[in-house]
Amino acid sequence: MAKALLRGSLISLGLAGALLALAVQAAGNNFVVTGSQAANEKSCVEPTDFMRRNHMEVIKHQRDETVHGGIRSTKHSLAGCIACHGAKGPTGDLLPVNDERQFCGACHDFAAVRLNCFDCHATVPTEQKGAIQIGW
Amino acid sequence: MNNSSEEIDQGRRGFLGAAAGVASMTLAPGVLLHTIASADPRSERVTDAVRYGMLIDTTRCAEGCTACVTACNQENGLDLQQMPASMDPEKWDRQEARWIRKIKLEDNLTGRVTNLPMMCQHCEHPPCVDVCPTGASFKRSDGIVLVDRHLCIGCRYCMMACPYKARSFIHAEVEEKLTLAPRGKGCVESCNLCVHRRDNGETSTACADACAAQGHHAIIFGDLKNPESTLSKALAAMPSRQIRENLALNTGVRYSGV
Ligand code: SF4
Ligand code: SF4
Repeated sequence: MAKALLRGSLISLGLAGALLALAVQAAGNNFVVTGSQAANEKSCVEPTDFMRRNHMEVIKHQRDETVHGGIRSTKHSLAGCIACHGAKGPTGDLLPVNDERQFCGACHDFAAVRLNCFDCHATVPTEQKGAIQIGW
Repeated sequence: MNNSSEEIDQGRRGFLGAAAGVASMTLAPGVLLHTIASADPRSERVTDAVRYGMLIDTTRCAEGCTACVTACNQENGLDLQQMPASMDPEKWDRQEARWIRKIKLEDNLTGRVTNLPMMCQHCEHPPCVDVCPTGASFKRSDGIVLVDRHLCIGCRYCMMACPYKARSFIHAEVEEKLTLAPRGKGCVESCNLCVHRRDNGETSTACADACAAQGHHAIIFGDLKNPESTLSKALAAMPSRQIRENLALNTGVRYSGV
């Protein structure tokens, strides 16, 4: 019993430590890649705290709206995330999203989230007719 | 100050009155729906006020021309597919995803040859949708039959059910894909009538454009429900058929000269 309790508190200590590490990272403002468009924006499409916790729900909702309803204009869009958060390489082009310098991949690695959107989705948004079309 | 705001108010009343007049005049035949839909197609949910389809005039489809196929491949990123290194080229030839095929028909009795492009026929009663166990194959309200690849489990039941061999399965991982046409191992896909163009409010498909650019004009794309569309007028003017019309699927793609 006492052993289990001890193990429990050790685990929660460990968890708290991990969260602290996340918080420290966040406080250092390095949740946004330097040089990306997002680095110059005051906030994301929703408040930052909300996006940290709910970006997957937001994208999932949008994907259904897009595929079934043909709605492609809203501010929630996977291509939009990449276009805004994506770091650029020395040539000024967006780096592929699975590059280790990139926002999605780096954070998902840290949180041990297996990221597979980009098994099917383009890893860099392609430009179409002169402008990136958000909402695909 | 008072005067100017009075003027503005007057103006607004006049404007609102006129708008109401227009609405009541056009409400009946569904024209108003068309007007609203074209205001900002990217933010409007698709409706059944339209049904997209095509007419293919096989007498204009030229022997040896593959402009529609090439254009489709480019538009939808099919040309970015790469044969896995270990694969037998013959096998790749059978497995590579294709949205349009050029088909050659020969009448055994007369020897008359007809060329035609063949793609998903966007059936009104699609067998692929009937058999799909996950709801991944579905028909949008504007008549376009699609695969929601987030739901597809790759069982390929739809491929067995489709009478037109319209669907392809992606067997291997795909390196390069377009933002507008995601593509991945384990999902089925087929012609989507350039759905991204539809949602952008554009009025043609890549294949129809390419065919016209070659001067053949064999493919007419449009709205089957609008009697004023080029497509409806062409269908009214010339005889056309559905391929395998005995199956009563009411296809959105029609052929003349077959
Ligand atoms: S042609 Fe085949 S894939 Fe297209 S809607 Fe009909 S059954 Fe489905
Ligand atoms: S392969 Fe995908 S789309 Fe086709 S029937 Fe199976 S789940 Fe449905």
